[in-house]
Amino acid sequence: MRTIDLGSTSLRELNELLHKQTSGTNETQWEILNPRGGHAVAVGVDSPLNIDIKGSVGYYVAGMNKQANITVHGSAGPGAAENMMSGKVVVKGDVSQYAGATGRGGMLVVEGNASSRCGISMKGIDIVVKGNIGHMSAFMAQTGNLVVFGDAGDALGDSIYEARLFVRGQVKSLGADCIEKEMRDEHLELIDNILKRSGLNGVKPKDFRRYGSARKLYNFNIDNADAY
Amino acid sequence: MSYHNPPTTPRKSSVFDDYTLSEIRRAASTGIYDIRGGGAKRKVPHFDDLLFLGASMSRYPLEGYREKCSTNVVIGTRFAKKPIELKIPITVAGMSFGSLSANAKEALGRGATIAGTSTTTGDGGMTPEERGQSQTLVYQYLPSRYGMNPDDLRKADAIEVVVGQGAKPGGGGMLLGQKISDRVAEMRTLPKGIDQRSACRHPDWTGPDDLEIKILELREITDWEKPIYIKVGGARPYYDVALAVKAGADCVVVDGMQGGTAATQEVFIEHVGQPTLACIRPAVQALQDLGMHRKVQLIVSGGIRNGADVAKALALGADAVSVGTAALIALGDNDPALEAEYQKLHTTAGAYDDWHEGKDPAGITTQDPELSRRLDPVLAGRRLANYLKVMTLEAQTIARACGHNHVHNLTPEDLCALTIEAAAMARVPLAGTGWVPGQGGL
Repeated sequence: MRTIDLGSTSLRELNELLHKQTSGTNETQWEILNPRGGHAVAVGVDSPLNIDIKGSVGYYVAGMNKQANITVHGSAGPGAAENMMSGKVVVKGDVSQYAGATGRGGMLVVEGNASSRCGISMKGIDIVVKGNIGHMSAFMAQTGNLVVFGDAGDALGDSIYEARLFVRGQVKSLGADCIEKEMRDEHLELIDNILKRSGLNGVKPKDFRRYGSARKLYNFNIDNADAY
Repeated sequence: MSYHNPPTTPRKSSVFDDYTLSEIRRAASTGIYDIRGGGAKRKVPHFDDLLFLGASMSRYPLEGYREKCSTNVVIGTRFAKKPIELKIPITVAGMSFGSLSANAKEALGRGATIAGTSTTTGDGGMTPEERGQSQTLVYQYLPSRYGMNPDDLRKADAIEVVVGQGAKPGGGGMLLGQKISDRVAEMRTLPKGIDQRSACRHPDWTGPDDLEIKILELREITDWEKPIYIKVGGARPYYDVALAVKAGADCVVVDGMQGGTAATQEVFIEHVGQPTLACIRPAVQALQDLGMHRKVQLIVSGGIRNGADVAKALALGADAVSVGTAALIALGDNDPALEAEYQKLHTTAGAYDDWHEGKDPAGITTQDPELSRRLDPVLAGRRLANYLKVMTLEAQTIARACGHNHVHNLTPEDLCALTIEAAAMARVPLAGTGWVPGQGGL
């Protein structure tokens, strides 16, 4: 295992080292100590590394991640795993705003709560939140799945496209063009699959309700102007 | 003697003019605001309101064609490990694949490359055609993040974080369903045929403090190699540029209201944002006040048409300019040779701006395969290269006449203004006087 102490190594050195790792590397186990709330920790990684960050981080941890499994043993600031392409990012604590924003693949697991705009403009990522999510989550969400064990704040899924939202608790309110939809067998299987991959358990697929786009704002109609 | 009561000449209102009346009727009949492409069409103070003084007793000119007048510009010297060097101070502005055909994007890349300058992606990701044909490619980082991925980010030569654009400061993108072909839909991860409402704010940062951290992330992902630009519309150029410098930009792009868009509400284009001429001096002032003029490069865009405009923008303190609308005209947009087809679309060559409808007879602002095929990317690229070279020669001609061996040595002292408005905006004297409005003087 390779251990990097951010107390004595710069962020630049850390990320440069991580970027130098190639897919065939034998050095797959990485431990990052003393992140001390730093920003942009382990961003742009593109190899199948297992990275454990021992502490809380600031903005954009694991940004644009490809292939790597990154675990934050603490909480994360805004934009955790933003624009992730593949791999898996687990945050043991809470995450701030825009978690998983614009993510295109892979999985983000939040074991605590997520703040507002979780999954904003998501484009294929799977996001699982064990706690609650804040307001305006999944705003303009294009595709991918957001699974929430707890409650969702105001305006869930505002202006949503084709992403699927599954919430087990209460939804304070739905955003423009977001409606509750029928939970069919295929969705139960999907949730089951996502839960297995997330490593979280203790809940059943049938406990969730499904939300998605009414598709009424897909093409402009003046009589829907109040909804814009 | 018969009583004669001569009729008065029918008089139309200057307030309710023909265009205004037609717009009221259009709104009443369709129930939707007018959407169009391009930039502000209204008359605003512009570079035409400035003149160069030329050499005289107190300064001598350089010999045309013999004494060198350089035009190169380096962008990204502040932080980037790999700054980009352009042969000419004219770049091609960001325009998306989606709003433009793949052939048009390829032509822009070819033309820019021949001329020794950069071209820019847009709100639709990077296509292999444009990466392949563009020697220097600037990759835009937009609120929609359509197609955004770290591989393309690393393939880019520079990254442009788009905060706003001149046609619509504060507005998001709009690509209507009729232009969403299979390929465009796939690149944007959206269903075919639906309207795409690109957000007006970035999804994961708000304000200059956040942007500073976002830029840190982009630099870390790309190992600090790429110059990072911040593009703003002509809203509050002094403060916007100062905050862009604070946020860590290598280069700031300021786009005035004449700058074009693929599709936006007419009311937005004509009524929000400042003219390009009004933006340059405040932007330069911000850089100077921070001791960053020429260290953080300034690119000005919005209504640049010829070498005189280029020279004037540089004289006012820009490091380079950017062309969008003019580049499309060079490719063949709004060509009078296509007049019969423009008539069928109820418009005329020179006025066609319904770019969002995807019916462009020139094959540029369309995704229709048949129309797109009309544009030969090699020939159109050559036309753009010719045009960029002519503009450069024109700017050199003016710089030599003013006694400068590099176009960057042009200064505001080389200029005077024809109108009080232009004098005030450009902060140069009104012609024939030493008077700079707002700044005293003789």
